[in-house]
Amino acid sequence: MKFLSRLYTFLVFGFLYAPIAVMVVYSFNSEKSRTNFGTFSLRWYIELFSDSVILKSLYISLVVAVLSALIATVIGTFAAVGIDGMKGAMKKAYLTVNNIPVVNPDIVTAISMMVLFVFFITRINGLNMGFGTLLIAHITFNIPYVILSVLPKLRGMDSNIYHAALDLGCPPTKSFIKVVIPEILPGIITGFIMAFTLSLDDFVISYFNSGSTAQTLPVTIYSMTKRPYSPKINALSTLLFISVMLLLVVVNARQSAGEKRGSDKRKGVR
Amino acid sequence: MNSGGVGKRLTIAPYTLWMSVFVVVPIALVIYYAFTDGHGRLTLENMKSIADYGKTFFMSIKLALFSTAICLLAAYPVAYGISRFEARRQQTTIMLVMLPMWMNFLIRTYAWMTILEGNGLINRLVRAFGGEGFSIINTNGAVVLGMVYNFLPYMILPIYTVLTKIDKSTIEAAQDLGANKASIFRRVLLPMSVPGIISGITMVFVPAVSTFVISKLLGGGKTFLIGDIIENYFLGNTGSVDYNIGAALSLVLMALILISTTVMNHFDKDMGEGGGGIVG
Repeated sequence: MKFLSRLYTFLVFGFLYAPIAVMVVYSFNSEKSRTNFGTFSLRWYIELFSDSVILKSLYISLVVAVLSALIATVIGTFAAVGIDGMKGAMKKAYLTVNNIPVVNPDIVTAISMMVLFVFFITRINGLNMGFGTLLIAHITFNIPYVILSVLPKLRGMDSNIYHAALDLGCPPTKSFIKVVIPEILPGIITGFIMAFTLSLDDFVISYFNSGSTAQTLPVTIYSMTKRPYSPKINALSTLLFISVMLLLVVVNARQSAGEKRGSDKRKGVR
Repeated sequence: MNSGGVGKRLTIAPYTLWMSVFVVVPIALVIYYAFTDGHGRLTLENMKSIADYGKTFFMSIKLALFSTAICLLAAYPVAYGISRFEARRQQTTIMLVMLPMWMNFLIRTYAWMTILEGNGLINRLVRAFGGEGFSIINTNGAVVLGMVYNFLPYMILPIYTVLTKIDKSTIEAAQDLGANKASIFRRVLLPMSVPGIISGITMVFVPAVSTFVISKLLGGGKTFLIGDIIENYFLGNTGSVDYNIGAALSLVLMALILISTTVMNHFDKDMGEGGGGIVG
């Protein structure tokens, strides 16, 4: 029984990783073929780094991810403080609206914003879909996730600390920065990371809201899949896979190091 | 935490403005487009023409339900197996589940395109062993395969999370009281993992029913899903663009998702209470 369950888990992981393995192997193919493997070559990696369209869209993806995550984190953190202080129907209304982009399928969020942009922006001469609309769209779907990761931290915080700071003569703004922000910082950081990765990974919302001038990396990959086969996608995917893997390993190692330190500390107390 | 007073209203003002302009107004505009014609006159024609897409809706729901069911059946044993591993190994294995999730889903889908196509690896393997080549790509089966592949981790993770939260002594108690493996699964594990199953189903069904990429890449234009139709009405060739019908279809899709998530959450509550009763 135990053997069967191990075998099954192994098979599922095989299913998850086989296509990725195929892409990695064929990224080193000297031939432009999906099936025949010539010799080992870095040809497609060299072509990848001389492809200005891909490099430009990578740059746009990174800029949009950083900017939208930063702006969403600032707007979302302040908003979470406000929502946390609300009660009753008002709070419920805010949380409901906050959930709309989370619950809606991406394509509905995407076309609703596209309709807005088309309705207003194309009526102003000289304005087009582009980097601006792309950034606005990304900020909009990022904000709710920041709020959802900051709110629990606020709920778990003892409001007496803030009031104590006020009683001791600390001005409200300073108390907020010195007392509240450090308490909820883990939630803010989680929110930022989530916003950043969601933005980097998004295809559907960018596809409808970027126009032709500001394409993100996923949008470029999509247009590459429609053209004749190019192993450049494999090379790109391999590089992305390696970066994601390294990132996860680092995060994981830091986490377990942190846990170890924590348990050592507890032992020390004992 | 309550910071109270004027400060509170000030800190939330940018958010209120942002969400009103970029979430509430766009939804209102979609409703407006769905009930007007090209000249802004009120009409029910768009909603009526949705009937023409009944088959497409049916197909989207069918394929999404199929994929969700396969994901659930495939994921539960994996999630259970991982939850029985020792702690260190659990962490590594869960990382392996998450790793493909962090790759963009276009790349994951594209990888299958290469494997499934007529002269792709699978057919070459089959022919190498003397078999007839067969076509997998551009069929509904390929689309379901793409959905299962893309969304399987979204089913494994939430089920795994609820399973690790189950207190081992609960299962031991059931064993002590004479329950066999089948009834432990049916009366203890399954009811207690309902919340994870529900969020897994939602996380697989919603993107599956609204996708247009998977059907485009693996269905090769033969499998039209509701996402494809909507995409075509907004970004298709100049002749086929029609925001009004597109908006009407999106509105129906939105309602469909809303209804199914509400039903699921309701189910969660009922089952959750029942499960609590059995365990308590």
